[in-house]
Amino acid sequence: MSELIELDARRLLCPMPVIRTQDRIRTLNTGDRLVVHCTDPGVLHDIPAWCRINGHDVLETRTEGRDITITIEVR
Amino acid sequence: MLAARVIQEQGVHVEGINFFTGFCVEGHTHAIRRRDVDKQKRNNALWVAEQLGIKLHIVDVIEEYKDVVLNPKHGYGQHLNPCLDCKIFMVNKAAAWAWAEENGFDFIITGEVIGQRPKSQRRETMPIVARESGADDRLLRPLCAKNLPETLPEREGWVDRSRLYDFHGRNRKPQIELAKQFGFTEYSQPAGGCCFLTDANYSKKLADLWRSRGSRDYELDDIMLLKVGRHLRPRPHFKVIVGREEGENHYLSGYKHQFVTLNTTSHPGPTALVDGENLDASDLTLAARIVARYSQGRDAPEVTVEAGYPGGDAMTLKIAPLASPELDPAWHV
Ligand code: SF4
Repeated sequence: MSELIELDARRLLCPMPVIRTQDRIRTLNTGDRLVVHCTDPGVLHDIPAWCRINGHDVLETRTEGRDITITIEVR
Repeated sequence: MLAARVIQEQGVHVEGINFFTGFCVEGHTHAIRRRDVDKQKRNNALWVAEQLGIKLHIVDVIEEYKDVVLNPKHGYGQHLNPCLDCKIFMVNKAAAWAWAEENGFDFIITGEVIGQRPKSQRRETMPIVARESGADDRLLRPLCAKNLPETLPEREGWVDRSRLYDFHGRNRKPQIELAKQFGFTEYSQPAGGCCFLTDANYSKKLADLWRSRGSRDYELDDIMLLKVGRHLRPRPHFKVIVGREEGENHYLSGYKHQFVTLNTTSHPGPTALVDGENLDASDLTLAARIVARYSQGRDAPEVTVEAGYPGGDAMTLKIAPLASPELDPAWHV
């Protein structure tokens, strides 16, 4: 069963949200989904770049005001 | 970037490791400053890894790195940059990670070039980094290996020494040439340091923080705040951090639960934090007058400033903005 996990990385500045994402994904299984909540616009660039490098899929990126939500599927 | 590609070209599997110390010059400094929002805010390490097609592991070393900054065995560079100790620390960390069973790497490479940095990249410092980091002869510098004794990966034939380089000194031409050969259209190695500790103004602010607290220590929030706003210390026991534009104001307001926060309410103006203890009414008035000076009410006879306390209490101050001659230039940290 794949899981849906939330990660709160709000108020953290890059690269901390990327590090938190990386460390959380390390504990997950293929097919799990991680929803990362952030506020640093740098993540719009850094998290997808990190996912491309490490072979994970960014399913969705949403921006509402200062809140950014990125959904990743672990590969 | 070049060192990694040189080794990749020899058919060796390479992965990157990047350490976040809290002092790194990275996208977040742009993110704080609103006017940089539209600029590309890329993380350099991620970008390099992507160009090389390698995995990158980013490691948070904020806590452990404190000891490097506070007690560098080999001393500081021009400012508060403990480059040699920093390199030893990072190679040591990289080695611990690389040799770990689940990772199983055989050796470490760095992009160091003899003589490129006057203090930390000299012929004499190369063996110090190798020895004190514990990596010993499993540390290979592909860009200047030919000027250094043979390392284990060369002896074992994992890499071909004849296809490594003998770069030295500050001349970057050969490196730029090699980058061209590899087809790197964008190749920029910072000429200065890779972190704020090599910045004169930043180091001054850090030294001021230590002096005022009477102890050489810091938390992540302290060193992040040193990257933001104008810092003025009108009295030894407190300083005022004034946002310079909207992005910084927003960033500073995120600290309202830790510091007294000042905002001008009668006129558009900055957000400011007061960093200090045992603040009395006259301290607060002075801080408010400084903040008012940076507001659009700077020439008004009176400006209203709201002071918010970490507990949620607030106080309204009606003050006259500080006039130019009253602001001692020496207050600027
Ligand atoms: S400039 Fe580089 S080597 Fe020197 S202290 Fe900063 S991160 Fe370390």
